[in-house]
Amino acid sequence: MNSIIFTAAARLLVALLLVFSVFMLLRGHNLPGGGFIGGLLGAVGFIVYSLACGPKEAKAALRCSPEALAMVGLGIALAAGLVSVFFGDPFFTGQWYWVGGDSYETAAFSVNSVLVFDIGVYLVVLGGILSLTFAFEEET
Amino acid sequence: MEALTALLVGVLVAASVYLMLARNFLRFLFGLILLSNAANLVIFASGRMTLGAPALVPYGMDTPDGVVGNALPQALVLTAIVIGFGLLAFTLALAFEAYRRLRTLDTDKMNDAEPREDAK
Amino acid sequence: MAGDSDPNAPWVTTAGMLPVLVTGALFVFFLGYIPQIAAYAPVRWAWDWIPSLDIALTFWLDGLSLMFALLITGIGTLVMLYAAKYLAGQPQFPRFALYLFSFMLSMLGLVLADNLITLFVFWELTTFTSYLLIGYLHVDPKSRRNALQALLLTAAGGLAMLAGFILIGVTQGTFELSELNAAGSMAEHAMYLPILILVLIGAFTKSAQVPFHFWLPNAMAAPTPVSAYLHSATMVKGGVYLMARMHPSLSGSDAWVWSLTIFGGVTAVFASFMALRQTDLKQTLAYTTLMALGTLTMFLAGSTGYAITAAMTFLFVHSLYKAALFLTIGVVDHGTGTRDADLLGGLARAMPITATVAALAALSMAGLPPFIGFIAKELAYAGGLEMTLSAFVIPMAIIANALMFAVAGIVAWKPFYGPQGKLPHKPHEGPWPMLAGPVILGVLGLLFGLMPWLVAEALIEPAVAAVMGAPDTGGRLVLWHGVNLPLMLSLATFALGALMYWKHQQLRAALARIEAKGPDFDAGWDRLLDHFMAMAKGQTRVIQTGVLRHYLFATFTVLVVAVAATMVLRSPGSVSLSLGGLSVREWAIAGLALAGTGVVVLTSSRIAAIVGLGVVGIAVALIFIVYSAPDVAITQLLVELLVVVLFAVAALKMPHLDPTGKQRHRPWDAVLAASVGAMTTLVLLYVVDTPFDRRLTDFFEAASFPEAFGRNIVNVILVDFRTLDTFGEIAVVLVAALGAYALLKGARAATKKDEGQ
Repeated sequence: MNSIIFTAAARLLVALLLVFSVFMLLRGHNLPGGGFIGGLLGAVGFIVYSLACGPKEAKAALRCSPEALAMVGLGIALAAGLVSVFFGDPFFTGQWYWVGGDSYETAAFSVNSVLVFDIGVYLVVLGGILSLTFAFEEET
Repeated sequence: MEALTALLVGVLVAASVYLMLARNFLRFLFGLILLSNAANLVIFASGRMTLGAPALVPYGMDTPDGVVGNALPQALVLTAIVIGFGLLAFTLALAFEAYRRLRTLDTDKMNDAEPREDAK
Repeated sequence: MAGDSDPNAPWVTTAGMLPVLVTGALFVFFLGYIPQIAAYAPVRWAWDWIPSLDIALTFWLDGLSLMFALLITGIGTLVMLYAAKYLAGQPQFPRFALYLFSFMLSMLGLVLADNLITLFVFWELTTFTSYLLIGYLHVDPKSRRNALQALLLTAAGGLAMLAGFILIGVTQGTFELSELNAAGSMAEHAMYLPILILVLIGAFTKSAQVPFHFWLPNAMAAPTPVSAYLHSATMVKGGVYLMARMHPSLSGSDAWVWSLTIFGGVTAVFASFMALRQTDLKQTLAYTTLMALGTLTMFLAGSTGYAITAAMTFLFVHSLYKAALFLTIGVVDHGTGTRDADLLGGLARAMPITATVAALAALSMAGLPPFIGFIAKELAYAGGLEMTLSAFVIPMAIIANALMFAVAGIVAWKPFYGPQGKLPHKPHEGPWPMLAGPVILGVLGLLFGLMPWLVAEALIEPAVAAVMGAPDTGGRLVLWHGVNLPLMLSLATFALGALMYWKHQQLRAALARIEAKGPDFDAGWDRLLDHFMAMAKGQTRVIQTGVLRHYLFATFTVLVVAVAATMVLRSPGSVSLSLGGLSVREWAIAGLALAGTGVVVLTSSRIAAIVGLGVVGIAVALIFIVYSAPDVAITQLLVELLVVVLFAVAALKMPHLDPTGKQRHRPWDAVLAASVGAMTTLVLLYVVDTPFDRRLTDFFEAASFPEAFGRNIVNVILVDFRTLDTFGEIAVVLVAALGAYALLKGARAATKKDEGQ
């Protein structure tokens, strides 16, 4: 696909899709979205880019190998589950820290293990699907 | 809608079984995709279907407002879709690799692991 | 085989001596329990093993176990000492010593086990180790074949026995033998007969009763020490031990009396004739062992003090003299190079100690006074006269004992004191480690005959008490009972036996003629195995076609039949199919899905099929959108997009689809596909017709925000309530991705390497 218009549009589209995917990831706890959807969106973004400019360039834009991304994601998800163990809760119990207050109502925002877990999901889905797709694109 | 979904699922399953019984490996794959769609619909419909009320808790309230869609089967189906995609991609890779080595997609001829005795 | 050993090779090796020392120590350990057991105070050791299945490592030491334990460790020590010298210098001796030692330990575990399952495990361990022992000379195909025969036959029997044990456990509520025996006979129970039959199959195969007898003479392929151990102390006595052990709980019925008497009697007489028929001394002894097992089985049918005392005494006596004789024949084989009864003769001058020992053991076997064999025989007649089927038992016992008398002459008289034979090489006396065993055992046979009270109170009476379930008034083991019926029967036996020895050449020829006409169990076994293999092969050819769609066809057919059968049997009633109240929108979505499906099924264009799949996926996503599942719908749409991309990349590089519907099997496929579809619809309709259990959903809706601070319940379930599930699922995604990656990339790497070469 050597269309200049598609290549140029793809760059813009990828940027938009990536921002959107992070947006979907972050809002997922309260509105439709989440790690799975965010990860899929991100993957679609990179796939569009690789269709336009080739898998090599897409990989370069990713800056690290998708397999490593996926494995790091799984590690993050596991770590998010392990946090609770150090606080005496069962494995994978969500942990919440309120910043600027002491409860949901008063706090400005929160740091929580649930979101960390969702970020892990995001990375696994993104990395896994990209590694698949790149392998197919390169090998076929 | 559950009844109509049941009928639709029946058609999807019948079509996927028919495709999976074909000799061509690509058709088998198509059948697999249809089957995973049908399975997702079965799980979704078993949890009952509710029109136009997503399982969200409105701002300012502690519980959903009125009857909303059953969230549990949705969560199950959501992950099932992603896993189904993983399975499909793996099978496709398998098919592709098998074709590259055996130069055929006819499953009747893909019997290197269990060669027929009379064929020796 | 004895010729392989080097007379000058060092025999005091670690592999040779360690088992001797350990076994000897165990023997001393068990000797220490004699006073306590003689006072009828059994010992129990217990460790939990699989508590959830009521299986424990429990061990029980009473009179019966102690007698067996002493025989096993005592004879075991002598046999291992003997083996160290007999096989000295053979490169594989350490392996043999390991096998023999493991066998001894398994057997010890078997006779000490209190839990039936533990007993079974040790039982199978003895089967397995004896397989290794019989097949020790594994370069010889016959040796391998005989080992396998013993393994298959006794393991099959062992499985039947396990089934019996499980039935016992289920019906009686315990696997502990001590509790079962304390509860008394279970003959009144409805499941008694199946239990009895199953357990007896195990006991009869292990102790080689007719018609399962043929593996035992074949097991002669083993080197001599093994034969001695297998036959005298252990393996085959395992079956006898089991019958004795379970006597309190399983006897007490006509079925018990008849089956044990008939099988035991027939085996005893058959084996005695076969013993006379053989010319190889080892084979002769193998069949006399069979005779002993038959006799023991026959007497275990009885329940009176005399019958059981007879069985226990004979068991003890037989172990002593049979081990001595086997070891002696090994010495003869070692010293002369042959075991053929027709060739051997006049060895007494060259091998005086061996000759004396053989005479001692043989006199005990022949049942002459003042040997303990005589006491055993007197007891046997006295016990037999008391038994229910004495009219059968007594003649059987007389024939068998007379034949034993004749065989004793053949084994111990003729080779040593008979006319000079034709020997392969000049005979020489055996070395002391090989003579120690026979001498000790032979002398004990005489000593216990002269002083029967030594062994009566310490071993026999506690064993009898264990079998009877209660202490029995003892004092039966005496050399001189006075002139009574058993003595008369003994004298008749001697007369008959002497006659048989005198005429044994003619008798042997006649027996050979009869044997040639009789059924050949051994060949029958081979035919059975051949048929079995042919059946397995044919079955594999039919079932294992290597064709994917055959497997799928079978799988789906089973699915349809199983679900349909369940539906018919359970008859869930009618099901309603209401399609009212649906708007145009729903019908349009359904129509879209159907159209997509139709395209996928009917087209032979890859592009069209992929588009069709996309349409179906979008229709399904629309259903999710309309029915309040936005998260699922977004996921479905994105995945659908990815599927199309992947297929566009990969599938288009594969060949075109062949036109559909042209193959002969397609109409049948369509029928099966339609039934699977119809069945799925029906099941789903039943499901949605049943009342819905909302408990889980209610919990998630109520807890989502207050407890997990999330307003999107679906996401909260995924990342908070059911995190472990989600974690597993993303792990699956990762594994699938890595798998596909490895398939594609790894294959390329391999191809490149091939091209590079």
